[in-house]
Amino acid sequence: MKLRELAHSRTGDKGNISNISVIAFDPANYERLRRSVTVERVKAHFVDIVKGEVVRYELPRIAALNFVMHDALGGGVTRSLALDAHGKSLSSALLDLDIPDDEPA
Amino acid sequence: MRTIRIGAGAGYSGDRIEPAVELAERGDIDYLVFECLAERTIALAQQAKMKNPAAGYDPLLAARMTAVLPICRAKRIKIVTNMGAANPEAAAEKTVEIARKLGLAGLKVAAVTGDDVVAAIRETPRRLEETGTSTTDLGNRLVSANAYVGAAPIVEALAKGADVVITGRAADPALFMAPLIREFGWAMDDWDRLGKGTVVGHLLECAGQVTGGYFADPGVKDVGGLGRLGFPIGEVSEDGTLVVTKVGGSGGQVTAQTVKEQLLYELHDPATYFQPDVIADFSQVEVAEIGPDRVRVTGGTGRARSDTLKVSVGYIDSYIGEGQISYAGPGAVARGRLALDIVRERLALMAVKTSELRFDLIGIDALHGAARSAGAGEPWEVRARIAGRTDTLAEAVRIGNEVETLYTNGPAGGGGAVKSAREIVAVQSVLLPRALVGASVQILEA
Repeated sequence: MKLRELAHSRTGDKGNISNISVIAFDPANYERLRRSVTVERVKAHFVDIVKGEVVRYELPRIAALNFVMHDALGGGVTRSLALDAHGKSLSSALLDLDIPDDEPA
Repeated sequence: MRTIRIGAGAGYSGDRIEPAVELAERGDIDYLVFECLAERTIALAQQAKMKNPAAGYDPLLAARMTAVLPICRAKRIKIVTNMGAANPEAAAEKTVEIARKLGLAGLKVAAVTGDDVVAAIRETPRRLEETGTSTTDLGNRLVSANAYVGAAPIVEALAKGADVVITGRAADPALFMAPLIREFGWAMDDWDRLGKGTVVGHLLECAGQVTGGYFADPGVKDVGGLGRLGFPIGEVSEDGTLVVTKVGGSGGQVTAQTVKEQLLYELHDPATYFQPDVIADFSQVEVAEIGPDRVRVTGGTGRARSDTLKVSVGYIDSYIGEGQISYAGPGAVARGRLALDIVRERLALMAVKTSELRFDLIGIDALHGAARSAGAGEPWEVRARIAGRTDTLAEAVRIGNEVETLYTNGPAGGGGAVKSAREIVAVQSVLLPRALVGASVQILEA
């Protein structure tokens, strides 16, 4: 299953740091997201893009996770050579993450 | 309980104007706030001001003010905006000039100044937060330094009877929080309410991003009426409870989902959101749909503000040269790759001096690298893109030239070449003791 089936997401940028929210469509799936969308998995998913640390914050009251990814925007939005200097499209890439089916819901 | 209704009339400098007119005409709002100043915008505005002392404010200020001033005057809606950019005084003068032309005699326009701290930064070396280097290393490449001021000077301007308040660099949420502090008499050390006020500002400051913009994903998250997206209204109670809504009949939607996405937008640690007036805590925020396009937001809080203010330092970083050209049909990807290889070879042969180069095939790997698009099937068309960083503009120009010459010297069927070269004004941050930043308010009358 792809993450896109369980959650929606938005990317924000500040300097060379990108943050990506992962918000459960159904709050009942929050625990499953918490188990499945780990820092390790997100790091591996963006291994060729994010050069720095990835930190995850949990927001159970809105059934959401917030990933803060350091050194993720080619030096920062104001100087990056990238076509998408803000990294706005990164949320769409994260939603392609595979969620293991064998993890209990 | 008494409520104040604040409309967000812009989410960035170039934003649509007619949704702001719609808010003023039909939003039943008390305040109209235009947030128009991105991180780098003020540095570019400072450069414009250096060329022309009467310039340096938002290029759409005149168009926006002309569109909304008469309605706001008639309905007694006050305007707060950071469209002053690098020159709030000139922006206020321009606004007064427009008000006079529109026959709005007596309109009071305030300019908030004092955010420009370039002199203080030139005087004493400061640490740049992002690179850890010193501001002195920037030398004459330093363009601007602007502190993020808080709500206090805006509150002062409103207390002095300003109908329009124009700031330079101010924290975006402060533009929305100032009216609440003014109207409800919130204390400047009421950290809980200031935290709630920050939630209000944070949710509204990007305008359409909370009413269904930057959200639609057909088949998964459908949004109607994006061509005439309504901008948000924040209905705020004295206790800081917020209801996000929009003008009835406008496009877009306000739902728990759109509000949650915007709550986390550009947020790092939700429990520690540094603002000039408070360290806000969004970690316990709750949202509830209480009616069509009405979402209630509660649970924000905060704690005592820090002793420093964030300063955005703009400097000339480098130059970027770029060229693009398209290929289509069978073999498009191979010809696109050949184009990239040729330009790579040409830049080396011609000894173009670059410190960083990037070769993309738009349609294949430009956004997220090659791994994700492998096996996705060959697209009908691709666009080769080469971008490089240089120390001079002249050198940057040579990069695009090597792409353009692919027309007659490159792979078959290359079309639509474009090239550009530009100066890159980048931004870093410095933390400055509060005492070194003194904001002041001037009031002009039409």
